[in-house]
Amino acid sequence: MISTIDYKQPDELGFYGDFGGAFIPELLRPNVEELNNAFLAMRDNATFQEEFQDLLRNYVGRPSPLYYSQYLSETYGAKIYLKREDLNHTGSHKINNALGQILLAQRMNKRKIIAETGAGQHGVATATACALLKMECIVFMGEKDMERQAPNVQRMRMLGATVIAATSGSKTLKDATNEAIRYWINNPDAYYLIGSVVGPHPYPEMVAYFQSVISQEIRSQLIEKEGKSVPDKVIACVGGGSNAAGAFHHFYCESTELIAVEAGGMGVDSGKSAATSALGIDGVLHGSKTILMQDEDGQVVEPHSISAGLDYPGIGPEHANAIRKERTLAINVTDQEAVDAAFELTRNEGIIPALESAHAIATLKKINFKSDEIVVINLSGRGDKDMSTYQKHYESIS
Amino acid sequence: MNPFRKNNKQLSIFVTAGFPELNALPSQIEFSQSKGIDFIEVGIPFSDPMADGPTIQESSEIALKNGMNVGLMFEQLATVNVNIPLVIMSYFNPIMHYGLERFLKQCKSCGIAHVILPDISMEVYKKLYRTTFEKYGVTLCFLITPSTSSDRISKMSSLSSNGFLYLVSSNMTTGNSVKSASVSEEDVKRIREAAGDTPMMIGFGIKSRGDVLEAQKNADGAIIGSAYIRALSEGRQEEFISSVSSPELQNL
Repeated sequence: MISTIDYKQPDELGFYGDFGGAFIPELLRPNVEELNNAFLAMRDNATFQEEFQDLLRNYVGRPSPLYYSQYLSETYGAKIYLKREDLNHTGSHKINNALGQILLAQRMNKRKIIAETGAGQHGVATATACALLKMECIVFMGEKDMERQAPNVQRMRMLGATVIAATSGSKTLKDATNEAIRYWINNPDAYYLIGSVVGPHPYPEMVAYFQSVISQEIRSQLIEKEGKSVPDKVIACVGGGSNAAGAFHHFYCESTELIAVEAGGMGVDSGKSAATSALGIDGVLHGSKTILMQDEDGQVVEPHSISAGLDYPGIGPEHANAIRKERTLAINVTDQEAVDAAFELTRNEGIIPALESAHAIATLKKINFKSDEIVVINLSGRGDKDMSTYQKHYESIS
Repeated sequence: MNPFRKNNKQLSIFVTAGFPELNALPSQIEFSQSKGIDFIEVGIPFSDPMADGPTIQESSEIALKNGMNVGLMFEQLATVNVNIPLVIMSYFNPIMHYGLERFLKQCKSCGIAHVILPDISMEVYKKLYRTTFEKYGVTLCFLITPSTSSDRISKMSSLSSNGFLYLVSSNMTTGNSVKSASVSEEDVKRIREAAGDTPMMIGFGIKSRGDVLEAQKNADGAIIGSAYIRALSEGRQEEFISSVSSPELQNL
């Protein structure tokens, strides 16, 4: 199956097929236009690229290793590699995008950065980038997420960020995003640093661009290890979908099977799930048209996942398009399956994954592999922030 | 014909359908008509109203809890004898879910010819939805701000020429209690020129008689949203409307 459509390139209005675009009030148009112009200019600017690459190398610690997991390979019958984004500075892939955008913000002469965060990984990455470049940082986070990801709240505060609790709606990522957008409308001088491949055009394209370093590295690392640059399968978890967008980016036009893992919560049919592509229909949220979980009246429903980073009712428009056109396969994994996979990886490889990334690991049980297949799982983040959740599970099994 | 005649110093209020009670809409419309309000914006509540401040967010949340939805709003509208224009305001998702074509057909049969959807930009409208709106003779009234270029305003003006342009201060969500909706004279002059014959209403942040007068001086009318919703939730809508209306209206 070789793709003939360029899935990663939106049209001039930011549409990936039927999805994407910029569904924003006129109040945000100047902000979004200014951003788009800056992004287009910097993408091809050699000095910008040099500075960005330098930070990725010397500050983030890239390239992140592509680790061959003997245990997973033997257990599941394929050549399984882990792309170790968990080893990045700040503990996840989020830092790639945060640094790219902060350099852009700096060139736009912005001094104040705002961001939304779910698990807190993007909030920490943004607060880190702001500390580095001495910018003011305000992070919006759902009240419920502040409780379940408390260590990240402390990290953001230590880094000098102001964390504002979103108390509306489900008090999770969706509501944090609403608050960030409203703040941006009222404070157009701020730079809104979105952490996922969601939001109005050009955010989905821009965030995917800054994250595409993941698949770029996979290609060159695979040549070294396997003598070929293209894997048979790439597996990544999807909330909004930024780590998946980065891991898939350079493989859309190859024969690689792309597998997006959504959070099934307590089970897709349980009413407590965040499996957007299984449960959603076309809708508009946070500035783009996408697949969206909603009720029979077109109101956005409150999703559920044990993982705060996957607890989002929509999905990036690029993924929506690729899933709808069957370029990307969407699979979902329950809370319990994810926790079990986290323990399996921890006990056998000595790697404690983030709950989000554990969803990607858990799909190994659901796929039949050919023995010589090359499979790359994007291990998007580490599990330090999830200790209290893991602790409960540990107590229940010991 | 365009019911929002130019230079006619109009006053409009915004009500959230289903707020404060599920069946409040018909009596609110009748009440507003009796008080001489020139047209009414009827808000269809949405779970994630990104351009709205806390007051309208809260009214939307209550309306949704009460059970309001697009179909029910149309049922309620069909029971009222309306003699002033109604303008529907919502976000796109509930309407997309109801079905745009079905929605516009219902609008037409209820005599509604104007809709405001803040999250539909001119570009997206032209690419995806214009043909359907025109098929049912419904006008999408665009939001503009002092930052909107003259060229863009004149394009929107021709698309909204059977309705009005909705001018909002460029940097505020609805009901902002700190900032006022005032727009500089210079901006007003430029915007009016670019808008040409299309009427222009000012909204977002209008809360007093003074704000109304200022808006009516600069534009063809004023729209009061959050301040009215607040009055409604405190049961002082009668007093509020009197306080913002002109003396002639108060004597009606």
